Amino acid sequence: MLSPGDLSAIRLTFELATVTTALLLLIGTPVAWWLARSRSWLKVPLGAVVALPLVLPPTVIGFYLLLALGPNGPLGQLTQALGLGLLPFTFWGLVVASVLYSMPFVVQPLQNAFEAIGERPLEAAATLRASPLDCFFSVVLPLARPGYLTAAILGFAHTVGEFGVVLMIGGNIPDETRVVSVQIYDHVEALEYTQAHWLSAGMLAFAFVVLLALYAFNPNRPRP
Amino acid sequence: MTDKRIHARFRLDWPGFALDVDLDLPGRGVTVLFGQSGSGKTTLLRCIAGLERAPDGQLDFDGEVWQDGGRFVPTHRRPLGYVFQEASLFPHLTVRRNLEYGRKRVPASERRVPLDQAIELLGIGHLLERRPGRLSGGERQRVGIARALAVSPRILLMDEPLAALDLKRKQEILPYLERLHEALEIPVLYVTHSPDEVAHLADHLVVLESGRALASGPLTETLARIDLPIRLGEDAGVVLDAVVVERDAEWNLACVEFAGGRFWTRDSGAELGRHVRVRILARDVSLALAAQSGTSIQNILPGTVAEIGDDSHPALALVRLQVGASPLLARLTKRSAASLGLQPGMKLWVQVKAVALIG
Repeated sequence: MLSPGDLSAIRLTFELATVTTALLLLIGTPVAWWLARSRSWLKVPLGAVVALPLVLPPTVIGFYLLLALGPNGPLGQLTQALGLGLLPFTFWGLVVASVLYSMPFVVQPLQNAFEAIGERPLEAAATLRASPLDCFFSVVLPLARPGYLTAAILGFAHTVGEFGVVLMIGGNIPDETRVVSVQIYDHVEALEYTQAHWLSAGMLAFAFVVLLALYAFNPNRPRP
Repeated sequence: MTDKRIHARFRLDWPGFALDVDLDLPGRGVTVLFGQSGSGKTTLLRCIAGLERAPDGQLDFDGEVWQDGGRFVPTHRRPLGYVFQEASLFPHLTVRRNLEYGRKRVPASERRVPLDQAIELLGIGHLLERRPGRLSGGERQRVGIARALAVSPRILLMDEPLAALDLKRKQEILPYLERLHEALEIPVLYVTHSPDEVAHLADHLVVLESGRALASGPLTETLARIDLPIRLGEDAGVVLDAVVVERDAEWNLACVEFAGGRFWTRDSGAELGRHVRVRILARDVSLALAAQSGTSIQNILPGTVAEIGDDSHPALALVRLQVGASPLLARLTKRSAASLGLQPGMKLWVQVKAVALIG
């Protein structure tokens, strides 16, 4: 059925998706908040930048990241100066790539949720002595909970499903960067169709359950 | 307490709207900001709350500076309570936790209004465990008012709290507002476009039009000004404070005493000694040089002509009268004014056809 290599790939995939989703919720919250509330002209271009991964081929993102994170790239030099070494072909390199790649899937539901809350609850909280930060945690977060659920599910699922970026930035190193989608590719290359079937069917079932959960929690929200 | 004054000066320029006011408001009682939509009354209230920041503004409250030049105290640091037009309750919290939301953010030493009192005053004790989604519009608004009171504000700001409600709900809430009026020691700023609410609640009236204050003064005096087109509804008139002093059960009449005399009016059940307000419209007041007999009019009082002015139609004159310490307005045609030879200082008889008892 599943080989030790498959199990390792599954474990790695879920680790990557979990870390990525957690980071994305942390980073995505201020980004989405700013996009939802700012009246700056920068809002439109920044929104477009965040949405870029929706349109770009994953290989393009992977290619630029590889250059940027490489030994001569600006980010690569930064990570080396910080004593972190080089990120490409490591787990954390994958995390960085996944965060960028899945960003719109987290930011957009959060932005929609923040926009739907509107100005009024924030004003009401201010007249009830809540500072802006207090208001964020006591009013905005609870009201945006469906948005966070959608964002987490989409961010997680999208990270699990990525392939091109992983291959470009992570390569195919067992236990380090070989995730399920790459493992399936390897199986097919090696004509191990039974193994490929097991993993693929698993992914299919996972994707279905995720979408089921998404629609069950947010019956009115259209697919992003 | 009486010395507590509010000074508010704001100028702001938005596309299609400008606000330019400089007002001194009393530190007690209900001050109504009255005007049509677009007059700037809500914007003024929001500036006072700090929800809107006028680039040029100064706001002093009870000796504290809330805004001046670059200084701006943010809303959450101002000791105010605010009631929105739609109650704006937090949908994720029960009524009880909505009430506690502001209250628990106020230091214990500054909590002067017991939560129970706010709950009792607004009659919402049976709603505490419900979510806002399961309340009627009127109930929501009562919770919104109680929530604002629960922070023990030093001033209460109310932005058309009844406007979003139908007539029935309005009548359900108005008595609560009147109770507040009697029970609260803090000043209330109340925004409305409804003449009825002015008549019921105002002690001090500010009339706004196109972002400017046309008038600001005690209710009766301001309503009695004939140089201003202040219409409570379709007609000019005054509102007087009075006390019920006598009831005539046989004819279902009640007698109310005001600073200037007594009126008989329909008995609406107010008990003796009760403080009420009466509204007298200018069209219901006529004048006579001699005391008349054989008239159907029951309320005839001696008065003095104070001022004569134009009314909305060129055929009509508006006359301000002084009856004891109270002003009254009378509307008559200019021809009658001329044939009576009316002029300021003249003494005559004021006949009042209808007196509406309110509150």
